[in-house]
Amino acid sequence: MTTTQIIYYLLPLVIASMVPLSLVALGALFSERSGVVNIALEGIMIFGGFVGIMVIGYLETTGLADISYQLIALIGILVGAIVGLLFSLLHAFASINMKANQIISATALNLIAPAVAIFIARTIYGVQQVSISGTYKIPAVPFLSEIPVIGDIFFKSAYLSTYVGILIFIIATFILYKTKQGLRLRSCGENPQAADSLGINVYRVRYAGVMVSGALAGMGGVIFVLSFANEFNVSVAGFGFLALAVLIFGNWKPGRILLAALFFASMRVIASSFYVVPFLRNLGLSDNFYLMVPYIATLIVLAFVSKNSAAPKAEGEPYDAGKR
Amino acid sequence: MNEIVQKVLLFSKKHIYEIVISFITLILVFFLPKWTYQDETLTQVNYGLLVILILQYVVYFIWKKRKEAKLLQQKEEVKDITSFLNVSGSIIAIIFGILFGFVVMMFTNPPQALEGIIVIIQGGFNEGMFSLGNMIYYAVPVILTGLSVAFAFRTGLFNIGATGQLTVGAFFAVYVGVKWGFLSSVPLLHWLTALIVGGIAGGLWGAIPGFLKAYRNVNEVVSSIMLNYIGMYLNSILIKKLIYNVTYARAMSILPSAETPTFNLDYLFPNSSVNAGIVVAIIIVITLHIVLNKTTFGYELKAVGFNRHASRYAGINEKRNIVLSMIISGAVAGIAGALIFLIQGKNMKPENILLQEGFTGIAISLLGLNSPFGVLFAGLFYGSLYQGGYYLQTLDFNDTIIDIIIGVVIYASALSLAIQALMKYFIDKFRKKKAKAEQGGETS
Repeated sequence: MTTTQIIYYLLPLVIASMVPLSLVALGALFSERSGVVNIALEGIMIFGGFVGIMVIGYLETTGLADISYQLIALIGILVGAIVGLLFSLLHAFASINMKANQIISATALNLIAPAVAIFIARTIYGVQQVSISGTYKIPAVPFLSEIPVIGDIFFKSAYLSTYVGILIFIIATFILYKTKQGLRLRSCGENPQAADSLGINVYRVRYAGVMVSGALAGMGGVIFVLSFANEFNVSVAGFGFLALAVLIFGNWKPGRILLAALFFASMRVIASSFYVVPFLRNLGLSDNFYLMVPYIATLIVLAFVSKNSAAPKAEGEPYDAGKR
Repeated sequence: MNEIVQKVLLFSKKHIYEIVISFITLILVFFLPKWTYQDETLTQVNYGLLVILILQYVVYFIWKKRKEAKLLQQKEEVKDITSFLNVSGSIIAIIFGILFGFVVMMFTNPPQALEGIIVIIQGGFNEGMFSLGNMIYYAVPVILTGLSVAFAFRTGLFNIGATGQLTVGAFFAVYVGVKWGFLSSVPLLHWLTALIVGGIAGGLWGAIPGFLKAYRNVNEVVSSIMLNYIGMYLNSILIKKLIYNVTYARAMSILPSAETPTFNLDYLFPNSSVNAGIVVAIIIVITLHIVLNKTTFGYELKAVGFNRHASRYAGINEKRNIVLSMIISGAVAGIAGALIFLIQGKNMKPENILLQEGFTGIAISLLGLNSPFGVLFAGLFYGSLYQGGYYLQTLDFNDTIIDIIIGVVIYASALSLAIQALMKYFIDKFRKKKAKAEQGGETS
């Protein structure tokens, strides 16, 4: 393959894994900006993905499949978002109302999600895999794919979820930085007592933050399965935790999160297809090495830039109105 | 020298009962079963003696507690309530989890639900000594990871990275088990070396988040999550590079000399998979208990956990203590990994899956209230649940119910602070009422 061909082959793959990664990282951003650490993203992704794929699998057998597979995918993504939102309420309740340790409650959710998913899947299907039969890849978007370069990268062998994801990313960023609600959310993560003194209901805002993160993670779970596999096997390959790394690497800012997601996604794609690229093939490194790089990079960033970190000041602390 | 001898003599004079009982325990557990296993009646006698011994321990424990309580009755009444509340929090969480499991079973298979829940509660007691042995076997890794998490927790650190430390420790232990055959001439030496190397590797892996926390102020939760994944991928790379068995796509088998010995425990628990892992676990439980509660070092570690800045003001080297505490925590997790894989037929695989034992350890640590002995019992409880899940498959259920129950138990114990607050509120109210009634009685 020539260099251009390689790039045109790899870039859509990179974009496909960038979308769920940046969406889930954005979810983590919402939660942490409101002051709640949410390491339950992996569990929420698994659960949202599980129910979403189950619904998609069911819809495929109905008449809807004759109309449009893309519509099915859209419904599945929506279902995943709703399920993720509901599931994240458990975390919100524990960490906001009950003032429980946020890491512990999130760990519990991470353990419960796959167990429940396997249990339900085995009860319904007899096996733990949930398979879907339709292909959700769009070979070429009409008209747009004929634009040189951009058309080749963005509008050929793409997924509907990519466009949905980009749209949601823009809307969410706008809400977080350009609206009253976004400012309130951010203030609750920095200084909840001050926010409370100005009449903001900290509990309600934090609930909103966690729920948004749950919805985005659930959505990310469905998108992950639709883009990478034709079955759901109770795993999202650590994307929930990787999204956390993206958030840190992106220094809690949406623009940088996109760049971090680009970097992390590229590493994943290289790991799965480095043999296509002559230069990387000659290096002779194992695929696991490329998979490891994002985590090492995050660790290094943590070690050397933590002084300038933009992490919310009050994240991880239960809100106590009596504390100053 | 003379002084030491005198101290030892004094100690043994004071604790003569404990020493004799421990000696009898050792004989009953490790030696007698081997001599009696061929004779049915003698075996039964041995089991009877063991039951008496366990009852004796229970009575002794209660008696000692009451004696202590009498000594401290006036001063420590408040503390007594909190420890009671803590334990009740765990128990409520467990009951809640099992009830939840029961509800799930009622929904999926109502006719067998009651039978199923009884099987789960019976757990390790379903098939006598055989299932008890298996229960202990499943409990060992989670007892150790639980200890790892609990130790870090007591010193103010949240070690969510036990999984990574366990993986790295396991790899190096297996490497020694495969490659260092020259140690096999002396009995146990090869196994012990593998175990210790596993511990050291785990400890070094744990030292990384410790260093980052102490010197760069990096949150240890985040850094250990990253290190979990780095450890997982590194493990796959190293297996493929160094000890790969291409035909079976897994690590090579360890040499027989590196296998965990059974210390005759297989006579006590016939046919089960039990091995010396439980001995290692109990030794570490006792060591950590002593370190945390009886030494200056442990006191310093706990002080740093309570308030880093205050302990620096008090002259404690808080950075060194943070690192040391993470090293110990990681080493225990590493030993857990070594014990999981130093068994013939349990080969590591380079398949990039996080080992669940590390996360389960968080649950065990919580249930055991972060105290070493509590963790021991919580781990055995987990083993029993797990074994119950095995027997559950004979009914028309699948064993993931156990995972659900455990997840719910952790979630409930995360809420246990709230439960405790609620209970305290009721107890206080009850007491006030009582006090008021008494007062009223006096005045009238």
